[in-house]
Amino acid sequence: MIRRKLEENFFRTLMILATILVTGSFFLIVGTILYRGVPFMTWDMISKIPGGGFYIGKEGGVLNAIVGSLYIAGGATILGLFISIPVAIYINMYFGGRTWLANALRIAFDVLFGIPSIVYGAFGFLIMVYFGIRASLLGGIVAVTLLVIPILVRTLDEVIRTVPRELRDATSALGATRWETAKVVIRQIRPGVFTAILLSFGRAVGDVASVLFTAGFSDNIPTSLHQPTATLPLAIFFQLGSPVAEVQGRAYASALILTIIVLIITVLSSILAKQFSKNTSR
Amino acid sequence: MTSLRLLKDKVYAKIMLIFTILSVAVVLVIGIGLYLKSVPVLNKISLYTLLTSSVWKPLKGLFGFFPFIMGTLWVTAIAIIIALPLCLLTSFFITEYAPNQLRKILVPFVNLLSGIPPVIFGVWGVLFIVPLIQDHIAPHFVEFSTGYSVLAGGIVLAVMIFPLIVSIVCEVLNTIPKDLKDASLALGATKWETIRKVSLRKAKPGIIAATVLAVSRAFGETIAVLMVCGNNADVPHSVFDPGYPLPALIANNYGEILSIPMYDSALMFAAFLLFIIILLFNVISRIILARLERKLAL
Repeated sequence: MIRRKLEENFFRTLMILATILVTGSFFLIVGTILYRGVPFMTWDMISKIPGGGFYIGKEGGVLNAIVGSLYIAGGATILGLFISIPVAIYINMYFGGRTWLANALRIAFDVLFGIPSIVYGAFGFLIMVYFGIRASLLGGIVAVTLLVIPILVRTLDEVIRTVPRELRDATSALGATRWETAKVVIRQIRPGVFTAILLSFGRAVGDVASVLFTAGFSDNIPTSLHQPTATLPLAIFFQLGSPVAEVQGRAYASALILTIIVLIITVLSSILAKQFSKNTSR
Repeated sequence: MTSLRLLKDKVYAKIMLIFTILSVAVVLVIGIGLYLKSVPVLNKISLYTLLTSSVWKPLKGLFGFFPFIMGTLWVTAIAIIIALPLCLLTSFFITEYAPNQLRKILVPFVNLLSGIPPVIFGVWGVLFIVPLIQDHIAPHFVEFSTGYSVLAGGIVLAVMIFPLIVSIVCEVLNTIPKDLKDASLALGATKWETIRKVSLRKAKPGIIAATVLAVSRAFGETIAVLMVCGNNADVPHSVFDPGYPLPALIANNYGEILSIPMYDSALMFAAFLLFIIILLFNVISRIILARLERKLAL
């Protein structure tokens, strides 16, 4: 009896320790980035593009990479929405949502979600070589779009499934076609669409392996789709590899900027998601 | 009027069908594209040699992927060995022990981790894990280590797959009927005994699926691993040796691939290999999970 009680207590302690470690790793990561990044954080970092000799420690900032990342993530999310909204609607409204074909499609998108970004990057690079496109903003957007489509489709799909069956039935009963019903459903899920947008944007803004081959790198802010574009994660990666202490410090500061952007997005999306679930659970 | 509306409905249906087919077909197109690109190197060197040779001399046209495959396996194995027990314990705590209010805080915190970009994990690895291994862990075991090692890669990857495993296992655990657990508790079993003999057994397929998904995630992770593994094209012999996983190889060498013949084909073969393995793993685990979900819907 005592042995069993001891065993129970032992494993409960173990579980608490594991939980502290797993949840604490988030604070450990953000803490490390804050601790090392803050001393190198200057206004120049986010307001200037790299000046001459930036990579040996002279003045400048990473505005080029910040803007580049926002362009690519924004472009890919918009392009991805155009493709994934119809797909999510099709799966739910036209396939009836619960048939085996709809489920097979869901599994297919889950599988696509699991494909690593380096494979999307390599594939995007292949396409670009095939069509003779050089590393550019356009190339980056296309590769990242492939990456975010599964996220968008699956999130939208989950959201559409929360729309009450009665609403759809009522619309159809009034004689609406499936397309007209779909329009009603889209209006209903608007906050859910924002959640999907934020999730996709967050993933896109932080990904490196997909833009490594496709977007290139540049010290200037791109003014057309065909110019190479810097991205924040790639800027972090390059600067961290530098032997100059000052440049390494900027890598920490850049990491801090990226972390802040991503955290803002995450917090926003969880607030939205909460509000959305409040709306539907009535 | 009605016919116009019906026509509109049909046209939109066709357009949406095309989008759906196209976006799913991406899997096929990626597979075929990568395969076609790796044909040249497959024609020159046999698949067996590619996978088992340790000689990596691109300039001489020798491509042996064995060290990179081993690098990937080492890093992934370390990550799973660290993450799986921790995540299982955490999931049990969250679902069985934690009071409701604590649960509501814990789950979002674990999920926050999944939002952090890989490159940030990499920076953290370089700033925290690598020095930790170099100064505090490695000296107890080996004479010298720079800290850039498969162990560092494994630890960083383990943290990266925490949210994936925890969220899936928690979901699976929540689906276990309360009656089963109550029956066990009523017979005098302790909570831990109930977990071990009822929950764990019931959740087994879900835990396996989560693990397989985590393995495939770890296989494909590129930049974080690239930053902390040391990237040495030798087969690692201990956890403190540097390693060179496949995705890191692809990412690190794309700049040179156009100037050396066959190099691009060899790297695309590496991407193809990753793609096939990960595809297989994902399909298996997703089907297991979908089955579980359907069983519950009934």
